[in-house]
Amino acid sequence: MNNFTVEAIELTRLYGGRAAVSNVSFNLAKGQVLGFLGPNGAGKSTTMKMLTGNLAPSLGSVRICGIDMMENPKEAKKLIGYLPEMRPLYKEFTVDEYLTIAARLHNVERKQIKKSVEIAKARCGLGHMSKRLIENLSNGYQQRVGIAQAIIHNPMVVILDEPTVGLDPVQIRDIRALIKEIGQEHSVIVSTHILPEVEMVCDHVQIIDQGKLVFNGDIDVLKRQRMGNKLLVGFSQMPALEDVQKIKGVAEVVLAENNMLRIRVEEGAAPQEAIVKAAVKQGWGLYQIAPDQTSLEDVFIQLTYHDAATSEAAA
Amino acid sequence: MIISIARKELKSMFASPMGWIILALLMFAFGTYYLNGVNNYFEVMSGAIRPAERYGVTQFVGQNVYGLASFIMLFAVPLLSMRLISEERRNQTLPFLFSAPLSIVEIIVGKFVGLVAFLSILIVYIGLMLSTLNIWSDIDFGYILANSFGLFLLLASFSALGLYFSSLTSQPVVAAILTFIALFVLMILDRFFAGDPSSTMAQLSFMKHFQSFAGGLIDSADIIYFLLFIITFLILTIRRLDADRLRG
Repeated sequence: MNNFTVEAIELTRLYGGRAAVSNVSFNLAKGQVLGFLGPNGAGKSTTMKMLTGNLAPSLGSVRICGIDMMENPKEAKKLIGYLPEMRPLYKEFTVDEYLTIAARLHNVERKQIKKSVEIAKARCGLGHMSKRLIENLSNGYQQRVGIAQAIIHNPMVVILDEPTVGLDPVQIRDIRALIKEIGQEHSVIVSTHILPEVEMVCDHVQIIDQGKLVFNGDIDVLKRQRMGNKLLVGFSQMPALEDVQKIKGVAEVVLAENNMLRIRVEEGAAPQEAIVKAAVKQGWGLYQIAPDQTSLEDVFIQLTYHDAATSEAAA
Repeated sequence: MIISIARKELKSMFASPMGWIILALLMFAFGTYYLNGVNNYFEVMSGAIRPAERYGVTQFVGQNVYGLASFIMLFAVPLLSMRLISEERRNQTLPFLFSAPLSIVEIIVGKFVGLVAFLSILIVYIGLMLSTLNIWSDIDFGYILANSFGLFLLLASFSALGLYFSSLTSQPVVAAILTFIALFVLMILDRFFAGDPSSTMAQLSFMKHFQSFAGGLIDSADIIYFLLFIITFLILTIRRLDADRLRG
């Protein structure tokens, strides 16, 4: 028996003839936070709906802690907390009423209901909003109620579809901390557009594009690519590219925007010092040298638009 | 679990003014008819010279009130049932129920029970109101019981139909209008076939089956008609929601 909390096995979802998600397989172990990345319409939400039993997969299956979602949906759903993209809030209720209903529907024991409502409120920073109607709460607080609803029964797997949309920076920080905290005991799946967010909270990343998984791996792999092997260097006296090229450890020099140079470094080399020395010696007027940080977006774009380009070429 | 859903529905009905206003208006209407019935009783009965024309106060007042109830509910039930599912669709709250450990059967039956429980408040209220006649006269409790039971089945059927139409659309108003039209047709269907007592179409009418309850008769054939009607529309609703999950 393995200890995967979520197993998605060859998930495929067809709408008409078009596959919104095709052949997505992955596993998630206890205590992992999985980041789900992808452009709009890539199939993130569809995959999440299938994981939570809101949508039946056309092919493939989902297992939560070894329980099949198709065969035994009730048992499997007990182990999941889900916050869809559109917050499923009953706006006519107060926060307390709503969370009590959520606890009751998720089979929280009668005696525990009050306690779990309090705990969920405390975790999401909703303590002082207990008696307010959800309708009157601000966007950010409504989002917190949505998250509270998803964690109220202390589920093994928490699935959050774009949880930080519409929040202010302080709230985003709180929610990220909360996700990390939940991720220590349980498994969390988070979908997002925001790349730095993935880097901050997730230890696993999946990039999905046009219904297919294009990247599935450890965050460190992405991070390494992001930290990358590129330097962005600015000179006020632009030297000849060949002169820079000659410095030991430099693999390639390209002219970048704003009159700067993007220098690709040879694997394992660290030519920063050599570049600075050369600049001082020859009076290039070095004013900036920094690792090229945009490359996470580049990685993302490479991974997601690569397929688009090839399929267009084929068509 | 069915109870939890029903409680949620009841709570949300009372969370908005809608539930309270409908309750208040209906109770006012029933109270007025009750009062009129009591006031008119002696007038009418003293005018009835032959003993065969005279009948009891329970029936006289009851006829008044239950007749009104079955008619006025035609308007009230669509207003209450319209939001059961269509509003959840519009506010996209259905995933909340779908991702909870509940089967679709439990969700639908829970919603149905919630609405019927709300309407039962009115049935109990009418029953109690008519029972107060017992203070100064000797009334026929069997008549009230049969009528209450008939009204209960009738309203449950209304609710099942309303729930189904609510599951078809994400616009509560559309659901209400469709429900009203369907109920109205089913109510008056027997009038169109009044000339032919053996007509099958007339057998489909609510009124045809409610009539025996209204006369104080509990007929198992009528009970089965209402039960089949309720079950049919609950199953249709369940299938409709199941299709959401399967087809998306």
